[in-house]
Amino acid sequence: MSVSAKDVKKIARLSRLHVEDNQLEPLAGELNGILKWIEQLGEVDVEGVEPMTSAVDMDAPLRKDEITDGGVRDKILANAPKSDDGFFVVPRSVE
Amino acid sequence: MSDLTKLTLSGALDGMAKGDFTSAELTQAHIKACKDAVKLNAFVTDTHELAMDMAKASDMRRQKAKSSGQSVGKLEGAPLGIKDLFCTEGVKTTAGSKILGEFTPPYESSVSANMKADGMVMLGKLNLDEFAMGSSNETSAFGPVINPWRKGQDLVPGGSSGGSASAVAADLCLGATATDTGGSIRQPASFTGTVGIKPTYGRCSRWGTVAFASSLDQAGPIAKTVKDSAILLESMSGYDPKDSTSINAPVPDWASACGASIKGLRIGIPKEYTIDGMPAEIEKLWQQGIEWLKAAGAEIVDVSLPHTKYALPAYYVVAPAEASSNLARYDGMRYGLRVEGADLADTYERTRTEGFGAEVRRRIMIGTYVLSAGYYDAYYLRAQKVRTRIAEDFKAAWEKCDALLTPTCPSAPFAVGRKVNDPITMYLNDIFTVTANLAGLPGISIPAALDADGLPLGLQIIGRAMDEETVFKAASALEDAAGFTAKPEKWW
Repeated sequence: MSVSAKDVKKIARLSRLHVEDNQLEPLAGELNGILKWIEQLGEVDVEGVEPMTSAVDMDAPLRKDEITDGGVRDKILANAPKSDDGFFVVPRSVE
Repeated sequence: MSDLTKLTLSGALDGMAKGDFTSAELTQAHIKACKDAVKLNAFVTDTHELAMDMAKASDMRRQKAKSSGQSVGKLEGAPLGIKDLFCTEGVKTTAGSKILGEFTPPYESSVSANMKADGMVMLGKLNLDEFAMGSSNETSAFGPVINPWRKGQDLVPGGSSGGSASAVAADLCLGATATDTGGSIRQPASFTGTVGIKPTYGRCSRWGTVAFASSLDQAGPIAKTVKDSAILLESMSGYDPKDSTSINAPVPDWASACGASIKGLRIGIPKEYTIDGMPAEIEKLWQQGIEWLKAAGAEIVDVSLPHTKYALPAYYVVAPAEASSNLARYDGMRYGLRVEGADLADTYERTRTEGFGAEVRRRIMIGTYVLSAGYYDAYYLRAQKVRTRIAEDFKAAWEKCDALLTPTCPSAPFAVGRKVNDPITMYLNDIFTVTANLAGLPGISIPAALDADGLPLGLQIIGRAMDEETVFKAASALEDAAGFTAKPEKWW
């Protein structure tokens, strides 16, 4: 499998990254180099093998569904690029 | 007074306990060393004033404890560095990236909170590869860190914990926190003649540490000696309900394991841990390590980890996949950098394209690709299955041995700029360290020798999950046998 300039454009869009048109080809080459190297994973016999999803052999812990934190609006807003009257200010998303 | 920066952490703690010097004096000496070492670019943010306040407060606590007969914290008064991936309350945290802007956490990471509770003095935030993605500290938005070890030209300190490693090697701090996703503690330790341990996944809470690849990320210390690394790890570790993968188990007295006998300990030698083009000196050092452990009473056994060569490619699917998901949060809306665009989507794209560096963008795109419809099974699911195979290799090895001895890296530190444009060559640095991340196992790097160019080389011990005790024992035996006392000549 290899990616084309068109694929790179699509991946970039999905990643919310901008790639200049003249960079699509070089980037495709770079990604293909890495993907080709990754493809050696195809040599491994994984028939009947469970995928490993966690590095630690334990059940997910449960706790009571109760509020443990909160009431820190100003702390949360302290790092906002833009805020007004206790709200985040973001670009318009609905016309 | 002799130079206090030459002390080990353990020596400095003893000195303060005996009243030979105060934390304020110790901290002052280290601040001076930091100010003299700007060329190394080890720190992103200095907190020298804060450090002096913390030191004075520590001296008062010690006085008070003394008069009331109480004990003091494990790190009481020790000036340390914090990798700038750990959120620190009221102190800017960058993750080595521009995208976090002036982000100043209103909270403290669990790891650094544990250390503060134990009396740490924080000298500053240490430079790193951007979002811990790199093996040379050259991807940092704040410029590369320079290795204090030098050979005619500037060398990299390894990465991603390059600032931590350089600062400890240059005696700028008594020890430092670091993180390891594929080798980011152990490889820089090897490159700088320091000790670095990545504990079992889940020992150190990930809460408040900027996430890269959550199923692989694990914090640990970089230190001057094996015992120092044990003291630091004891403080950093511990159960934290705020991290759902935190292990609920007591933290053992690892410092006491250092120096314990390794008589009868079975050390496995995995035949797959050698690669084409690896310098003969590293092969020779590995043999020397075997002889050292044998002489200390260990039994050497040959083992096989047949899927070793697939570990790096599996890692370069799993880690970017998790990273692409974790880094989706940097959208310029709630914190960090925002670059205004024509509309919402354009603002997202401009923010992320300007905010992230080339390597981070590359990994986000690979991660997005391997998770995308039609490719998920072929790449991501297969990589996770290969990860199971790698973990099984270790399980089989533990039938025959108690710990493994390997080289830490396939090379000595290299020149700044040499590999930065060749991703796969750069990735190969982690070939011997990444397996422990995929399997969640503890691994330590110990400085073992200098190569013909006078540059440090490390050896690695990997242990069973939760068995850091054996790792520390074996590492301590290696440290004793190697007698590595070399320090970089001060040029900075």
